Amino acid sequence: MKYGVNDLGYYGDFGGAYIPEMLYPNVEELRQQYLTIIEDPAFKAEFDDLMKNYVGRPSPLYHAKRYSEKYGANIFFKREDLNHTGSHKINNAIGQILLAKRLGKHRIIAETGAGQHGVATATVCALMGIECIIYMGEIDMQRQAPNVSRMKMLGAKVIPATSGSKTLKDATNEALRDWIANPVDTHYIIGSVVGPYPYPDMVARFQSIISSETKKQLLEKTGNELPQYVMACVGGGSNAMGMFYHFLDDEDVKLVAVEAAGKGVDSGHSAATTFLGREGVLHGSRTILMQTDDGQVIEPYSISAGLDYPGIGPQHAYLYKINRAKYVSITDDEALQAGLLCSQLEGIIPAIETAHALAYLEKMQFKKDDNVVICISGRGDKDLDTYIKYFGF
Amino acid sequence: MNRLQNLFKNKTNSLLSIYFTAGYPELDSTVAIAEALEKSGADFLEIGFPYSDPVADGPTIQHSSEIALENGMTLHVLFEQLKDLRKTVSIPILLMGYVNPIVQYGVENFCKKAAEVGVDGVIVPDLPMYEYEALYSKYFIDNDLSNIFLVTPQTTEDRIRKIDELSNSFIYLLSSSSITGGSLDVSSGIEDYYKRIKAMQLKNPMIIGFGISNKTNFDKACEYANGAIVGSAFVKLLKDEDYLNKIPAFIKSIKS
Ligand SMILES: Cc1ncc(COP(=O)(O)O)c(C=O)c1O
Repeated sequence: MKYGVNDLGYYGDFGGAYIPEMLYPNVEELRQQYLTIIEDPAFKAEFDDLMKNYVGRPSPLYHAKRYSEKYGANIFFKREDLNHTGSHKINNAIGQILLAKRLGKHRIIAETGAGQHGVATATVCALMGIECIIYMGEIDMQRQAPNVSRMKMLGAKVIPATSGSKTLKDATNEALRDWIANPVDTHYIIGSVVGPYPYPDMVARFQSIISSETKKQLLEKTGNELPQYVMACVGGGSNAMGMFYHFLDDEDVKLVAVEAAGKGVDSGHSAATTFLGREGVLHGSRTILMQTDDGQVIEPYSISAGLDYPGIGPQHAYLYKINRAKYVSITDDEALQAGLLCSQLEGIIPAIETAHALAYLEKMQFKKDDNVVICISGRGDKDLDTYIKYFGF
Repeated sequence: MNRLQNLFKNKTNSLLSIYFTAGYPELDSTVAIAEALEKSGADFLEIGFPYSDPVADGPTIQHSSEIALENGMTLHVLFEQLKDLRKTVSIPILLMGYVNPIVQYGVENFCKKAAEVGVDGVIVPDLPMYEYEALYSKYFIDNDLSNIFLVTPQTTEDRIRKIDELSNSFIYLLSSSSITGGSLDVSSGIEDYYKRIKAMQLKNPMIIGFGISNKTNFDKACEYANGAIVGSAFVKLLKDEDYLNKIPAFIKSIKS
């Protein structure tokens, strides 16, 4: 695969495994085993079975007619919001819990921002009867309260991250610290295509089911498995990488990744990583991150907890640098308006994360026959409070 | 030969190293603390430069790092503070911190500047062995800086041997896989770990760190290794307003 990871864990200059020695044995064990495990036919069979019968895949590729009319192209929604637990995060959680079982781990930790990855992880842990500990920023616990309750109901222990900005990056720090202290029995289910190698590649592979299904569905619906555009929102970048994955080598397919501009890229309250960031090291990989001249990580801001992260996965950093994908950003206001529009034009209340991708349709110039696939990464139930406050319903 | 290598040539047991964060509690307390530690009998020092996301650190050093950053500590400021260090401090000095600030400063520049102000070695917990060896070791070697690697009970023998090969002053041994500020593991299995390492007959001396907080566990650590490092317990002392005057008694309480 032209844009895939090399033997050393790098995508061009990005990636690697910048981790303290305490994490080395765990990460090395994963590196040595992940491909063997996930390519094993028995693993594949179990994964496929759960995807079909538990998650409810394949997720529909819905031809959004009123959107198509409005934007003057054929707009397709890849409905990850219809998955069990309400987002794409379950694809990765299922993959990693099956992997953790084969590695003989009996304790699972995870970080979560919007709570979707926490809920997905708590769900698969319940399914497998494995202990589950979720780290979540204190601020995120407030703004995504329904998901905190869901995780508890599923039997997970939710531990607030109280350091730094008290959001996703700090939850990730706490999860890494937990993993350092529990080097033998614990698997860390990272929720996006971030972290030390092999995580970015492993998570991308589990999420790639999004684009493999999309290709088949497009062929059925349009007679061509390739669209002109593929779009997705980017926090760490897992739904986008899953949506891009099987289109990466099809150079004619234009890839659009939408970051969160927060209150505006120049406002000082933003999470538009490629616009504001520089190359550096964050959470175990060399990537692009928002940082001061001195290399301190800048606390990001977005109304969307799932996009409120100062970095992006290393493969995204690479696709950005070599211009294989276009990285753009959308403000809080634009996203919330797009969330309302999608609700009222298509009867789908999207997650605020997803609404960022939808909002960028306003800025695209399509030709009438263009086929456009947009990843509806999650549903908006968790965000109702935020929508209600904003629109004053 | 740098000061660190010289020290290990002349003294092989009960070496005491102290860690503290540059710029904490005050921006310009760095050099005064180093001077007080040398006078009080510390054998060598680790000066931490702060990072916003110190994943290998517990609450105490997270806090000192946060305050140091608020105080305005950066690598530029630190090197400026250390400009005349060698006029008043002669014991070996290591810098300890995370890789991103070094990458932003420029690894080559960082090594040059560290050597220029009289630093003898560097500890970067999240700098991988491969990247060190392939990309950066030349700058360390050119500037006579020792790079210090960590070893935990889970580190395999092959890897320890490789670390021994790449090291030229000492190996930093953790009693357990933990973040800073925990407690020394004195469980029964731990003796086997130290014995296993001793039996490997490595060329480098061994210093134990993470979780050393008092004389009891300092002495325990010195039974197995050439010395030990006290970090969080010392950083806690710096909360005291009169911290400079408390340093001699603190060192004495561990080393007497
Ligand atoms: C619905 C939804 N979309 C997108 C994201 C962003 O994550 P990623 O960029 O890894 O897809 C999240 C994260 O919580 C999410 O819940």
